[in-house]
Amino acid sequence: MMTIENVSKHYGDQVVVQNVTLPVEKVKMTACIGPNGAGKSTLLEMISSLIPHDTGEIYIDGGEVKSWKNGDLAKRLAVLRQTNHMNVRLTVRELVSFGRFPYTKGRLNANCLKMIDESLTYLGLKELEERYIDTLSGGQLQRVMIAMVLCQDTDYILLDEPLNNLDMSFGVQMMKTLRQLTDDLGKTVITIVHDINFAAAYADNIIAMKNGQLFAAGTTEEIITEPVLSELYEMDIDIIEKNGTKYCLYYKN
Amino acid sequence: MIHMTHSARKGKVFNPLFLALLVVVIAVLSLFIGVQELHLGDLFSLTDSQRMILWHSRIPRTISLIMAGSTLSVCGLLMQHLTQNKFVSPTTAGTMASARLGIIVAIIFFSQSALIHKTVIAFLFATLGTIAFTLFLRTVKLKNSIMVPLVGMMFGNIVSSISTFAAVQYEVVQNVSSWMQGNFSLIHSGNVSLLLLTLPLLALIALFGHYFSIMGLGKETSEKLGIPYGVMELLGISLVALGTTLVILTAGSIPFVGIIIPNLISIKLGDHFGNTLFPTAFAGAIFLLVMDILARTIVFPYEIPISVVTGAVGSVLFIYLLLKGGKG
Repeated sequence: MMTIENVSKHYGDQVVVQNVTLPVEKVKMTACIGPNGAGKSTLLEMISSLIPHDTGEIYIDGGEVKSWKNGDLAKRLAVLRQTNHMNVRLTVRELVSFGRFPYTKGRLNANCLKMIDESLTYLGLKELEERYIDTLSGGQLQRVMIAMVLCQDTDYILLDEPLNNLDMSFGVQMMKTLRQLTDDLGKTVITIVHDINFAAAYADNIIAMKNGQLFAAGTTEEIITEPVLSELYEMDIDIIEKNGTKYCLYYKN
Repeated sequence: MIHMTHSARKGKVFNPLFLALLVVVIAVLSLFIGVQELHLGDLFSLTDSQRMILWHSRIPRTISLIMAGSTLSVCGLLMQHLTQNKFVSPTTAGTMASARLGIIVAIIFFSQSALIHKTVIAFLFATLGTIAFTLFLRTVKLKNSIMVPLVGMMFGNIVSSISTFAAVQYEVVQNVSSWMQGNFSLIHSGNVSLLLLTLPLLALIALFGHYFSIMGLGKETSEKLGIPYGVMELLGISLVALGTTLVILTAGSIPFVGIIIPNLISIKLGDHFGNTLFPTAFAGAIFLLVMDILARTIVFPYEIPISVVTGAVGSVLFIYLLLKGGKG
């Protein structure tokens, strides 16, 4: 279980996140949307204990994130943040194997090797496993990072804009993979997405944030509506439906 | 052709066992080079003076070369992982300069200056100096990675100038100059024991190798995987400072080993600490053994300080690496 209650964060006088209370449904894929500077990334960082929250409580599996030892939290929750170019000469397999660190502190056992192989296979990286990561394309590297997160074998997976720098085809591939993590492997996925159409097409639930506050939260069906989105982004957004999926049109209003 | 198999990529030359064997071969060769006649064939019919030279001069010297070479290169490797910068090493992070300042302070304040005083004070100075540089790197984000070693060398020079000033003021210049230049000719069976302390040090570094491997990816990735970054960073810096101090106190300052050896190994074997640790240690030992043989044979029967030879060869390799790194 993950519960987020009354969480705030401020830097000096500036309030970045204010009294956010969030329902997070288990074994669902939740997309977090909102304009730039809404506090989405900060919220994600607080949930993953990368930065401390000032007020409120964040419980993961019954324990407050602040009271989890780092090593134990890493067995329950994995985070993927924006990765730029990685200037390290590690092979794909070596990087993915780091995901096992919380369990064995680097001494890989048979179970670890099995997890590493499964993660690599799951993301179609088996053939690339001996390649150095600094020779990979952006899309390949992003898949490797997902494999590392998967290898960490956590119930919760948090992602900060995993579609950044990916072209359309890699973007679709990435969202399909995240969908599979929930549907096939029973993971609870929370991902920040900038393209609302990707959120509309793939997420079960949507959290909308604006000015550091929770603006709206609900199922994708409830949130992807004209009144909610137009007010959230302060622009006219037209919504059409095709084959049961909603699409937001806002390019030329 | 980028895709290569594991074994093909590593190549036989960088196999740790092969490197270890090479260390032994060169070490034996090193034993039989010197002014006093001593040949491999004499080994089973040693005269008293030959036995004396072998046990009290040649063997301690060769052992200390191996220990100093491996310690310096492994310290460099560790520094590069801790700072995520390929060009940081005890020479280019002010560690060596700070350790020397510590030695001078020890000489000035403890006129008896037992080895233990020098070791402890130099270690403290080296640790503080390196922490200061690391904090500086964290505050001033240098965009160009080539700037980091240059700034580090400037920092080292500033510390060195303080050392020189203090040495002149307290008239200990003569006493100090022996620590300034690397020289293995003064090693004997009495002072080699200090360098043997680097063995447990290297073992400790190997023990935490998995941590340092991930720390090479940065603070955030480390913390996400549950590594207490601050604590491990302090431990790493202390180990580097101690290793550097032990080498300086026995053999003096030897520049560049900590940069060029880890970088050359990384080009071949990548950046996984587990893969590079032992090859780096062995390659460092081989490098210093060869440099020492050169230092002893170029002007035979005289000897050039090893820091001069290492500096000359090392600076050329360093420039090569800088240019290569600049392109990447």
